[in-house]
Amino acid sequence: MSTAAPATPTWQRVTQHRLFWPVVALVALFVANTIANPGFLSLRLQDGHLFGALINLLRGGSPLLLIALGMTLVIATRGIDLSVGAVVAISGAVALSFIASSSDPSSVTTVLVAIGIALALSLVLGVWNGFLVSVVGIQPIIATLVLMTAGRGVAMLITGGQITTVNSAPFKTLGSGFWLGLPVAVFVAGGVFALVAFLTRRTALGMLIESVGINPEASRLAGVKSRSIIWTVYAVCGLFAGLGGLIISSNVMAADANNAGLFIELDAILAVVIGGTSLSGGKFSLAGTLVGVLIIQTLTVTVTMLGISPSVTPLFKAIVVIAVCLAQSPKIRDAVAARRRRAARTSQAAEVAA
Amino acid sequence: MSTVKTPTPTSPREPGNKPRTAGGMSAGMPVRFASRIRVDRRYLPVIGTLVVLALMLIIGGSRYENFLSGRVISNLFINNSFLIVLAVGMTFVILTGGIDLSVGSVVALSGISAASLLQSGWPAAVVIPLVVLIGTVIGLVVGIMVHVFEIQPFIATLAAMFLARGLCYVISLQSIPINDDTFVSIASWKQQFGEEWRITTSVVIALVVVAIAFYMLHYTQFGRTVYAIGGGEQSAMLMGLPVARTKVLVYVVSGTCAGIGGLLFAMFSRSGYSLTGVGMELDAIAAVVIGGTILTGGTGFVLGSVLGVLVLGLIQTIITFEGTLSSWWTKIVIGGLLLVFVILQRVLVVRRR
Repeated sequence: MSTAAPATPTWQRVTQHRLFWPVVALVALFVANTIANPGFLSLRLQDGHLFGALINLLRGGSPLLLIALGMTLVIATRGIDLSVGAVVAISGAVALSFIASSSDPSSVTTVLVAIGIALALSLVLGVWNGFLVSVVGIQPIIATLVLMTAGRGVAMLITGGQITTVNSAPFKTLGSGFWLGLPVAVFVAGGVFALVAFLTRRTALGMLIESVGINPEASRLAGVKSRSIIWTVYAVCGLFAGLGGLIISSNVMAADANNAGLFIELDAILAVVIGGTSLSGGKFSLAGTLVGVLIIQTLTVTVTMLGISPSVTPLFKAIVVIAVCLAQSPKIRDAVAARRRRAARTSQAAEVAA
Repeated sequence: MSTVKTPTPTSPREPGNKPRTAGGMSAGMPVRFASRIRVDRRYLPVIGTLVVLALMLIIGGSRYENFLSGRVISNLFINNSFLIVLAVGMTFVILTGGIDLSVGSVVALSGISAASLLQSGWPAAVVIPLVVLIGTVIGLVVGIMVHVFEIQPFIATLAAMFLARGLCYVISLQSIPINDDTFVSIASWKQQFGEEWRITTSVVIALVVVAIAFYMLHYTQFGRTVYAIGGGEQSAMLMGLPVARTKVLVYVVSGTCAGIGGLLFAMFSRSGYSLTGVGMELDAIAAVVIGGTILTGGTGFVLGSVLGVLVLGLIQTIITFEGTLSSWWTKIVIGGLLLVFVILQRVLVVRRR
């Protein structure tokens, strides 16, 4: 960008990193929170568990991180998955209905079977989306809209229109349990993040996904199995959404077919976009998605902390989205770059004159 | 082989994929379209919708007494008038290859603004145009974000959706009843035709909007430019069509329609509530798709979208008539129908090639 400048100073390299503005936004949110509530960054140890606003932030953000990870991969192939919210609802509904109908709700086996069934079903739903997109060739937005519309109906069907509540200690561990002083949900999300990061960035998989996103046809001609890759990312996205759904339902120990995961697809897409992954596919940043998820989650927490009614959250989200998108928009970037070049030229000219 | 033709419908303007847009697909399509395809093929999806509508009427009529009555058909229009207006606006956006997710929240914003302004004593004659204007302004903002700042329509309208919903909550968290005399008398006007047929103000407004949209889309330069952009933005630009203005204008049209939709919903419910219209944008998109408009843009009709809304409305009516089915079956049936139509479209597009 600034080739005109004689040598790029370090701070300029930092400001031009694509994660610079999202990280600035996150830090600004942290600062605002700390000013409003000086105890925001403090952690305390109680009963061997860490407690504090930051821990709650991480725990609350884990389901969103899981879903946003799947979404990142889907968006990298130039797709989109609108059905994750419905999958969240279905997965929670299946697991809790199974546990509620079993003879021993608090046995570990029951819970493991319930989790297995829910994850298998989520995978099937993801495979279904992938089939529609990669084999039938329907545009991703409309192919997943089908499941988004029908999915909540299916979840209602499973719960019989009721809010199923259960009491099962092992299942509760997933959402509110602690291990080594940290919430179990954070370990689940962190583990999945590490796994995805390893598979995509330490093997060729990530590059193949990006190549499919840039041009599926050319990738196919180059020998990349683009159909299988597209199919796989939707399946994985479904699976992660199911896992996220389990954590969400375990948090409240209730399956609410109408409201579980409502609008989480929009939050996930938002997190991905804030993190610098372009909706037109071809490149993705897992670290960016992590920052995006933290921004969204912190935003939600901030609104509550500042004593503003939580229902105003959408307004803040809108402001952040617009600001980040404008900062990333080519027009603004060009304008800034042009001004910087002009400034560089003037200073050079000044040096020459001197 | 097929995946290359299914880009996300969001961003033909993204600088990264210029080669794709300039490729054979968008530039060559309209030509082949004219020479090889007979006119009837363009109408095929709409005819499909019409067949489904007729089938539903026949099945309903044969299963339930009083189903094929003027009362049911009148109610179909009365209960769905706001959705008709939304679907009409959405058709313009989808025809250019964009999408508008903000309409549901704009409906809520316009409705709750109307209720709140009327409550504080503003005259209805000022409030009604003002709340429609709210939709127009939001549409304009979205259009500028999409065109000038090159933000993908999906994200720009998502931001507008959050913005409008947030503003609703700022105005009021509670439902505000509308008691203004003028507004109530406008809302409750109806005309009875014979025993069973009747129309209300909202139906009249919806039909007028449909008529204006039909004229704009098929008989003006603006309408032809909308189709041209959907067929291929690059080609439209090379033809010297006012692409920039049109791209902003479709969002203005959609926003205005959402404003009108909010007004109709306020008339329908006699109140304004910040949670109205959650998910309504999906109903509108579903209606447009079921009505035969292809999401990648360029093909579709306003009247098809109206048929799409009627199909959605009839599903609801049949499920009510059936009585034993729970309400969530509506969602499942709509999803299934959406799938059938999308696959139908897909088959048509593949055959066209």
